[in-house]
Amino acid sequence: MSQHELDARRMLCPMPVIKTQNKVKELVVGDILNVICTDPGALSDIPAWARINGHTILGHQSNDDELTITVQVGG
Amino acid sequence: MTTKHKAIALISGGLDSLLAVRVMQEQGIEVEGINFYTGFCVEGHTHAIRNSDKDKQKRNNALWAAEQLGIKLHIVDVIEEYKDVLLNPKHGYGANMNPCLDCKIFMVGKAVQWIQENRKDGFDFIITGEVIGQRPMSQRKQTMPIVAKESGAEDILVRPLCAKNLPATKPELEGWIDREKMYDFSGRTRKPQMALAEKYGFKDYASPAGGCCFLTDKNYSDKLVDLWDARGTREYEMDDIMLLKVGRHIRPKPEFKLIIARDAGESKYLEGYRKQFVTIQIVSHNGPLTMVDGDIKPEDFELAAGVVARYGQGREAEQVEVHISVPGQDVKIMNIKPLTVEQVNEEWHV
Repeated sequence: MSQHELDARRMLCPMPVIKTQNKVKELVVGDILNVICTDPGALSDIPAWARINGHTILGHQSNDDELTITVQVGG
Repeated sequence: MTTKHKAIALISGGLDSLLAVRVMQEQGIEVEGINFYTGFCVEGHTHAIRNSDKDKQKRNNALWAAEQLGIKLHIVDVIEEYKDVLLNPKHGYGANMNPCLDCKIFMVGKAVQWIQENRKDGFDFIITGEVIGQRPMSQRKQTMPIVAKESGAEDILVRPLCAKNLPATKPELEGWIDREKMYDFSGRTRKPQMALAEKYGFKDYASPAGGCCFLTDKNYSDKLVDLWDARGTREYEMDDIMLLKVGRHIRPKPEFKLIIARDAGESKYLEGYRKQFVTIQIVSHNGPLTMVDGDIKPEDFELAAGVVARYGQGREAEQVEVHISVPGQDVKIMNIKPLTVEQVNEEWHV
């Protein structure tokens, strides 16, 4: 299991979702991906994407105008 | 033992594709969704930018639809490939810059490619939510076979909502799906779809006026054509098409355009472009951040600042202080009198 980070700042949805989806394809089950975004829409879109594709959202943090969403890669 | 067949469905996030998938699921077909992002898709991001839309629910309708259906969704970035569809549409444009028929052919063609590239996953056919007569350009009786042929999908393209009005496809002929359990919807009425949505218990589905693409919007198309005309080329980048969705666009001279934020949300969004573009900020009064797109010369700063000041709270003041930031240079401070309504020429509004 390893930790990864994805910079999706200034991208508007659905680009943060697309970037997350493409990054997750490179990872293995159990890996953790922190996605850093500025579009608040990502807070609904990335969890929705994770739910339908079998991944888990471990949490999210807001810091000023940035949002970090933590995804655990599922099977 | 019967073989379970599998389809890939084009999911726009609208009601028709939602229903088309459910009709196939009812027949035991395993479905996955595919959604293509062209850059022109009407999505929640414009809501994310504007303050006035902050209360609207932020959701991606394609993801929402997939979740309702319990299917996987693959979102594919086709921004670069889509340029050729927009710039060179074989079948021309609709009422605005919308190349709807070429767009549909392109997307179904991409789904064919997806099936070929994912052979191991065993997709047998393609589903769309098309309905004959629903759209004036791309969804007509005459265009249905064109989409099937030119996309390369041929007889593996199934339109469950109007299948009974079309020739039988391979999945029907092979007995994978039952033609009698599909529909014969036609025309622009939405009543049959709404009744079917009711039957399936779908609520709160998306129904964007004018469809799911900014290119069908006259104002957006006008801005796009203005951009191409001003640059003398139809090339565009992602930032160009995003910025057409933001702010008030005013072109006082052919060489440059002012993109004036309409609220704090848009100002914040334009902040992200400060390092790339000339920006104008009113500092003596509350006012929007403005981005200058194009080639502005120092002798035009006063004109530009006067226009921008018109849209700040100091519009009636004798003078307002304005800062002009050119990337890599010191900020230029100007005190100018805002232009009057009459001085902001109507023809400058893009």
